[in-house]
Amino acid sequence: MEEPKAYLKPHSPGATLSPARWLPRARAWWRPVLVILHRELLDQSRDWRIVTPIVGFTLFFPFLMNFVARRMVGFVERFGAEIVAERFFPFLLLVVGFFPLSISLVIALESFAGERERNTIEPLLIAPIQDAQLYLGKLLSVLVLPLLASFLGILSYIGVLMWRLDWKPEPMTLTAVVVLTVTQGVLMVSAAVLMSTQATSVRAANLLATLIIVPIALLLQAESMFLFWRQYHVLWYIVLALLLTTALIVRVGLAYFNREALLNREMDVINLGTLWRLYRRAVVGEARNLREWYARAVWPEVRRLALPSLSIMALLLTAMGIGYVTVARELASIDPHLVPQSMRDPDTYLQNLQRWLHASVLGGAGRLPLALFFHNMRALFLAWLLGVMSFGVVGLLVIMLPFGILGGAMAYMQFLNLTTPTEFFLGFVLPHGVAEIPALVLFGASLLRLGARWITPSRQRSLGEVWITSLGIWTRIFLGAVLPLMLLAAFLEAYLAPRVALWFLAR
Amino acid sequence: MIRTEGLSKSFEGFWAVRDLTLEVHPGEILALLGPNGAGKTTTVRMLSAVLRPSRGRAWIGGYEVTQSPDEVRSLVGVLTEQHGLYTRMTALEYLTFFARLYDLPPEVSARRIRHWLTFFGLWEFRHQRIGNYSKGMRQKLALSRALLHHPQALLLDEPTSAMDPESARRVRQAIASLRSEERAIILCTHNLMEAETLADRIAILDQGRLVALGTPEELKDQALGPPRFRVVLAEPRTDPPPLPPGFQVEEQRPTFLVVRPPRDEADNPRMLRALLHAGWPVTRLEEVPRTLEDAYLALMERLHGRTESLPQAA
Repeated sequence: MEEPKAYLKPHSPGATLSPARWLPRARAWWRPVLVILHRELLDQSRDWRIVTPIVGFTLFFPFLMNFVARRMVGFVERFGAEIVAERFFPFLLLVVGFFPLSISLVIALESFAGERERNTIEPLLIAPIQDAQLYLGKLLSVLVLPLLASFLGILSYIGVLMWRLDWKPEPMTLTAVVVLTVTQGVLMVSAAVLMSTQATSVRAANLLATLIIVPIALLLQAESMFLFWRQYHVLWYIVLALLLTTALIVRVGLAYFNREALLNREMDVINLGTLWRLYRRAVVGEARNLREWYARAVWPEVRRLALPSLSIMALLLTAMGIGYVTVARELASIDPHLVPQSMRDPDTYLQNLQRWLHASVLGGAGRLPLALFFHNMRALFLAWLLGVMSFGVVGLLVIMLPFGILGGAMAYMQFLNLTTPTEFFLGFVLPHGVAEIPALVLFGASLLRLGARWITPSRQRSLGEVWITSLGIWTRIFLGAVLPLMLLAAFLEAYLAPRVALWFLAR
Repeated sequence: MIRTEGLSKSFEGFWAVRDLTLEVHPGEILALLGPNGAGKTTTVRMLSAVLRPSRGRAWIGGYEVTQSPDEVRSLVGVLTEQHGLYTRMTALEYLTFFARLYDLPPEVSARRIRHWLTFFGLWEFRHQRIGNYSKGMRQKLALSRALLHHPQALLLDEPTSAMDPESARRVRQAIASLRSEERAIILCTHNLMEAETLADRIAILDQGRLVALGTPEELKDQALGPPRFRVVLAEPRTDPPPLPPGFQVEEQRPTFLVVRPPRDEADNPRMLRALLHAGWPVTRLEEVPRTLEDAYLALMERLHGRTESLPQAA
């Protein structure tokens, strides 16, 4: 018999800077990933339930889309609306590329949950491979066949269109659609594999898939809109956002990849009582009354948000700066005759503004503060929703947007020689901003921290526990600080701000 | 080679394994016995660095399971309770896949795959899909997978379950040969005959606790007391036997007696002399067989006062 081999711990890439040492180590690190990838591909290529739809989507579907495209051209040409057909082609390109990718979702959802159900996961977990190697091996293997089918579909669709209708896609459009297809695929697969690692069964993973399907469906609609609108450059921003989100999802997947949980997780029943206790504890902490809650739960958390708050303030200032510079540049280059008289003439504009502010002062009583409050709450809810779906990132854009508009307004008021940016800030923003800006900063910082908590590894707790606890801590800040400040800001905005603004303008 | 100190594992407050301390040396087979849910599989999973101990520590080849899980996994070969085979692969593809995961050079892996598949009589079926294999064939293939990288520590969970007697014997031969190669082996089984045949020492777990540990003979002594002897007579006798002091008659029938000596078999010549002297026609003296099954059942009965949930002996 041979001597047992002493195995070395695989090194992670990038351990040393010298390429001579780094490259072999990187190769050694990636080797198990490729071994898993190879096995998975072998397995998939033998499963008719995977192969059949892929072949169908690759061979049949592009030709169907071609048929649709040609019929469309024939139809719209009768009404002289060739432009519709022209915009329709890239859209169908997107569809042809996306459909085979939907298979990857199915494969990805069962990648870990399926192995667990079939009891094949344990020998794999006992093998001397790192979590990241196993995770990446699975992730890549899910992508290969559907992406191949997607590319073949795109090629056959374009090929037939070139042959039958002499249509050639613009290189940039084609590149954007192909890159978009790949990034969408990677995003879907990353999210699905993450769900598969956390789900107790394939059924559970499939049920969770709604969380992927709905946002992707919405995203596809948005992409179609930009394609029809011919705003192809926007697709690149979407690609960027998708890549960022994918990176965060992969990070979460690796952070919460837990061999023990994969083998032992049995709970498939929702326990609302436990969830509620966990959430309540995160919100209330150990406090017994309101005073204690502020002292022990809210205030320490506010202090912990100091650094993220600084980041948010920097972001908001940046947004304001971008708004100011953009509008100032536009106003400098615009033909004055294109601006309506009411907006070009400072006196007219001032009168209009004062009339509007007077109306606000008069209407400040009654329901206006609450209307302002609920309007702000709606915006915050949207920011929260987008933030939750994107680890805080997209939610911040919603908060930044009004500051961009404020920056633009500053530039405009300066253009009209009504106020300087400082005066505008002091007269128009600060009176209610004194409460609203801290509220928004805290809101943004807590959202950022919520996302950061989700992507931070926790070996002791499950992903669900971390999510609920993080939401609880976020709620603590929202109820304890953001909500009261926003309520105060609404009253200030309704009663004080228009008066101060009028006083400034009267000067 | 394998060492645990106060190893414990709890699942949401339920202690599956509690304060398990044991050691398995190279060239030794330790059989882990116990009713279902005693904590055998959990122990194996902790030793293979898949489950993280809630308390206590464990080492394989000097590597601590939580500190160096990759090293531990490369040192252990595990036959899992469930085979966990990929049914769409052939046996050859399957073993090659694991050989590559264990970083075996291609020529070494080819040689070993051929060796183990031939040993278990699977070589001629190597190109068949595992889905077409019988239960026993799957078990042998899973065992080949566990042995492929020549692990220094082997954790075998029910290695002969679902096997025909001939295959089971082959597997036992393989395990015995691995012991002679100085590998440390933990054998989880419900097959008490197998445990008695193969194991150097036996550990009995019950509700996560180690309730007995020792050689099969020590366990028998512990559970059943000192050995008993049957005195077979040529012609029936019903009068009380004239035994020296200290000897206990546990059973008396016309043609035989069952006697427990005060200490052990060294006392037997005294007993024989007394019987022969009194004219008792003794034709044979033999030890009453004590199986591990008897010892195990006696121990479980002592622990629980019942035997309903106990495993069946082969």
